[in-house]
Amino acid sequence: MRRYLRLLFVQVRASLLLALQYRWDFLVEGAISMFWALTAIVPMMVAWRGRPAIAGWSFPEALVVLGWFILLQGVLEGAINPSLVLVVDRIRKGTLDFVLIKPADAQFLVSTARFLPWRMTNAITSLVVLAWAFAQIGRPPSWIGLLSAVVMLATSVLLLYSLWILTVSAAFYVVRVDNLTWLFAAVFDAARWPSSVFRGTLRFVFTFVIPLALMTTWPAEALLGTLRPGAFLGAVAGSIAFAAAARLVWLRSIRHYTSASS
Amino acid sequence: MSLRSNVRAFPVLLRVGFAEAVAYRAELFVWILTTTMPLIMMALWTAVAEEAPVGRFGTNDFVVYFLVTFVVRQLTASWSSFQINWEVRHGILSMRLLKPVHPVVAYAIEALAAQPLRLVIALPVAVLAFCIVGLDHLPADPWMWPLWIVSLAGSWLLVFVLNVAIGALAFFMESSNKVMDIWFALFFVLSGYLIPIELFPPSARAVVDLLPFRYQIGLPVEILTGAYDRSGALWMIARQWGFVALFGALTAWIWRQGIRRFEAYGG
Repeated sequence: MRRYLRLLFVQVRASLLLALQYRWDFLVEGAISMFWALTAIVPMMVAWRGRPAIAGWSFPEALVVLGWFILLQGVLEGAINPSLVLVVDRIRKGTLDFVLIKPADAQFLVSTARFLPWRMTNAITSLVVLAWAFAQIGRPPSWIGLLSAVVMLATSVLLLYSLWILTVSAAFYVVRVDNLTWLFAAVFDAARWPSSVFRGTLRFVFTFVIPLALMTTWPAEALLGTLRPGAFLGAVAGSIAFAAAARLVWLRSIRHYTSASS
Repeated sequence: MSLRSNVRAFPVLLRVGFAEAVAYRAELFVWILTTTMPLIMMALWTAVAEEAPVGRFGTNDFVVYFLVTFVVRQLTASWSSFQINWEVRHGILSMRLLKPVHPVVAYAIEALAAQPLRLVIALPVAVLAFCIVGLDHLPADPWMWPLWIVSLAGSWLLVFVLNVAIGALAFFMESSNKVMDIWFALFFVLSGYLIPIELFPPSARAVVDLLPFRYQIGLPVEILTGAYDRSGALWMIARQWGFVALFGALTAWIWRQGIRRFEAYGG
């Protein structure tokens, strides 16, 4: 366990050193992240103009969902996607062999291969949006709400990560999946709206197939103190089960891997 | 690089581009799936309109608006900016410069050649749209159809020209993909892609009318969903083509300046 912590530290440090070479990126990324957040707020302002609630969500409450979305987007683009792009490239070129012969768990190594620390600017943007939202609501979130929201953050990151592992496993079979990251980003975009906006099939898909509701709407509800305890427990249990399943699929497909060049 | 050689190469390049689009059809399909944002916006806005209509938009109007937006986005899509960035950085552009066809013309033809395949996706969506809500949502004035085609052509040109302009910035900076990112963010909000322009407050609308974004996608959608009478549509199309001319000239200038600096590293 301690060895893996040390390894994680080394990997993060390598990414950080790489990122420090491009310091200007910090400003540019920060500006773009703020900018995208603004573009998300404008449609909301137009939609909520002159009406108190849409599908049961008031404007500040929907802002909480948006803040959560921006945070998770940062996690996705800063910690999850870069490694995905890298490992898919390695599978195609056959250089994954060099990772596999290293004396550590391969899943751990490929998933910590690259981070984009500048994406942390999303976290700042998200805090600003959340602060604004709660200023409008007029009361801070309760301690229990905060605590359960942190747990929900862990579950949603776990969910995102597991989806990611499943995608990488698919790369062993179909090789070209790098544009799947674009597809996922496009689908993930739906998570910026409270899930009760969606009806029928879309709602089912976004809760159970691609669990977007679990990722942003439920944590926002936890923060607002309106999440049912049953849903909370279900989300925690569900994401752990999902992660376990993803691990199994990974182990199966790594056995299937037969290097590209040999 | 005479005009004649460019024109003569046209059908062949078109055929090559089409074959390429067919060869990478799965990839094209994934790209089309990444532009489903109007459909998500449709879900949001119909939920909004369920309680009370927004402006002149009821639930059905939003369904039509965003399905048409989806179709128009398909028909005006261009990825030349990314392509130029890639080719400049890897020096592949030098191959294009050797050919007796202007590179910009070649990019245009490649983008056009993928259009039939995109139509295969877009047409059923369009048909579905009008099956759901009935034909009375189509413009009553038959003149709107040719005007729609003209505005669609204008949109395509505007999107393409802007793509080349931003792509050609790669001659001057390491990568202009970030510029495209910012452009996209503005485009999403100000073009009618996420919100019909009509729903903006009047003061914001006056500003949006003076920016190029809404002529990229909003105008053809509005013409087809009956936002204008004949003279209003003509006036807007005139503005759109004005923007096409303006940005066309700008693009030509950037390209010419850039190509002088091009050193084809790695080529």
